[in-house]
Amino acid sequence: MNLAMGFEWTKSRRKAAADIVTYILLFVLGTIILIPVFWMLSTALKADSEVFLFPPEWIPKTLHWDNFRRGLTFLPFGRYFLNTSTITLAAIIGQLLSSPLVAYAFARLRARGKNVLFMLILGTMMLPSQVTMIPVFVLFKMLGWVDTFIPLILPNFFGSAYFIFLLRQFFLTIPPELADAAKIDGCGYFGTYSRIYLPLSKPALATMVIFTFMWNWNDFMNPLIYLSSSEKWTLTLGLSRFTGMYGMTAWNLLMAASLVTILPCVVLFFFAQRYFIQGIVITGVKG
Amino acid sequence: MARTKHKMGRQAKIEERFFYLFISPWLVGFFIFSIGPIIASLFFSFSTYDVITPPRWSGLANYRGLLKDDLFWQSLKVTTYYSIGSVILGIVVSLAIALLLNRNIWGVALFRTIFYLPSVISGVAVSLLWMWIFNPDFGILNYLLWELFHIRGPAWIMSQKWVVPSLIIMSLWSIGGGIVIYLARLQGIPTELYEAAEIDGAGPVSKLTHITIPMMTPVIFFNLIMGIIGSFQVFTQAYVMTSGGPHYASLFYVLYLYRNAFKYFRMGYASALAWVLFLILLALTALVFESSSRWVYYEGG
Repeated sequence: MNLAMGFEWTKSRRKAAADIVTYILLFVLGTIILIPVFWMLSTALKADSEVFLFPPEWIPKTLHWDNFRRGLTFLPFGRYFLNTSTITLAAIIGQLLSSPLVAYAFARLRARGKNVLFMLILGTMMLPSQVTMIPVFVLFKMLGWVDTFIPLILPNFFGSAYFIFLLRQFFLTIPPELADAAKIDGCGYFGTYSRIYLPLSKPALATMVIFTFMWNWNDFMNPLIYLSSSEKWTLTLGLSRFTGMYGMTAWNLLMAASLVTILPCVVLFFFAQRYFIQGIVITGVKG
Repeated sequence: MARTKHKMGRQAKIEERFFYLFISPWLVGFFIFSIGPIIASLFFSFSTYDVITPPRWSGLANYRGLLKDDLFWQSLKVTTYYSIGSVILGIVVSLAIALLLNRNIWGVALFRTIFYLPSVISGVAVSLLWMWIFNPDFGILNYLLWELFHIRGPAWIMSQKWVVPSLIIMSLWSIGGGIVIYLARLQGIPTELYEAAEIDGAGPVSKLTHITIPMMTPVIFFNLIMGIIGSFQVFTQAYVMTSGGPHYASLFYVLYLYRNAFKYFRMGYASALAWVLFLILLALTALVFESSSRWVYYEGG
């Protein structure tokens, strides 16, 4: 009796100790993670003269909100914003029109050769994009589409292996009996897809939209390869040209401009956290 | 069941037609953006090609050139160094954080959000931020090292010796995605396993090494492969932060490939580089798969 109580007592004490250690570790690690974010914000609000101070100030004496205006007007960021938004929006439309339909066919329709084709989809997920990058560039160059948005938008209309895979997994969780019921009500294959499967898959579609947004908004290599004239640049391209435009980099303006660039992603993350998590868990692909 | 076996019924034929109709966007894209380019790329890799004049067959010249190219070997060295460092540390750190976040304590959701936050801000903005953090004179990192530990920090990305470790440190900042994957798996481990182990008198350490880690190996295996593939394709950081310097110390493989293709317009040579990259990744993936029977634990298998 006594022994059992003593055992319980040490156990709960051990748990309390473990909780405290966990909190301390999480707090220290969390602080380390947040310091760069804080440093970004703090730098963005500093006066030009405060940026190159040592020791640096954590919180600037006066907050120079004006840096955001200066940072964004120094380069034509309004134009970059518009360009990036156009490309991103068109990419999302392309993915919505193609990937779910292909995924539905793979999830629910029967056909010869389906398994082989599905293996091919999985295979393209393993292929590094560098292998196809050069011929695709040559193709777009022959078509006269280099230095337009087309090479950045068009491929999205043919679906993406990741999203086809993600949506297929999701469609498989929808009971096929629902489709049978729709068929009795006179729905064809497309009707079943558009009236049953699409409305039931909003969470998965949200995940796809969010990931398409993130990839296109943050993409750097493709805009770098395809967009040469500066009025067509995206935010990432514009930002990358910001360094060294003054003799010494104006870090306060650069951090202000960077903050504005990442703001849509951060806002999206806070409002749709569970879709991010879901997308990662289903496909195992990290954003 | 039986009706699909021999002759296809009318309905099955219609269904098959709809299947091919519905997948046609992907199928067309597969030929234009995957199969076609793969064949073209293979052909380019055996040719001299500058985009302006048509490609000329040059046999193995590109591949022979690679073997004698010091920058190719340098880029391979840099990328391998980065890959080993970032993949191993990434797995260890994100697994450790996932274990902490898996404890049933108050406020854990807030911490999960904090750890995931950096992975939503990727690419150029992050590269610029870390350039500023690593600034040897005015950056926050060297200031903190001095203030907290009285260590005079190195020149980080401006130092030949420290540039790759700097980028490895930076990669650890955005491991939120990995944490989420580990966490999902941790929450799927049946609690009966731990209860049974406790009855047998197992302590926390032996529960970790005998239950948690073995149960996590399939996910570690998956993250190891994805990590290797991802780390060999590093580009943005090197392009924005260091331009491959100082003195080629951060000349990552894909940066070198990009320069050959889009700066020197040596498309044939760059295609050969792409194929070598593909073969390296294929070999490494096969190696990890090969080793997996010895360390990956599958339930009921």
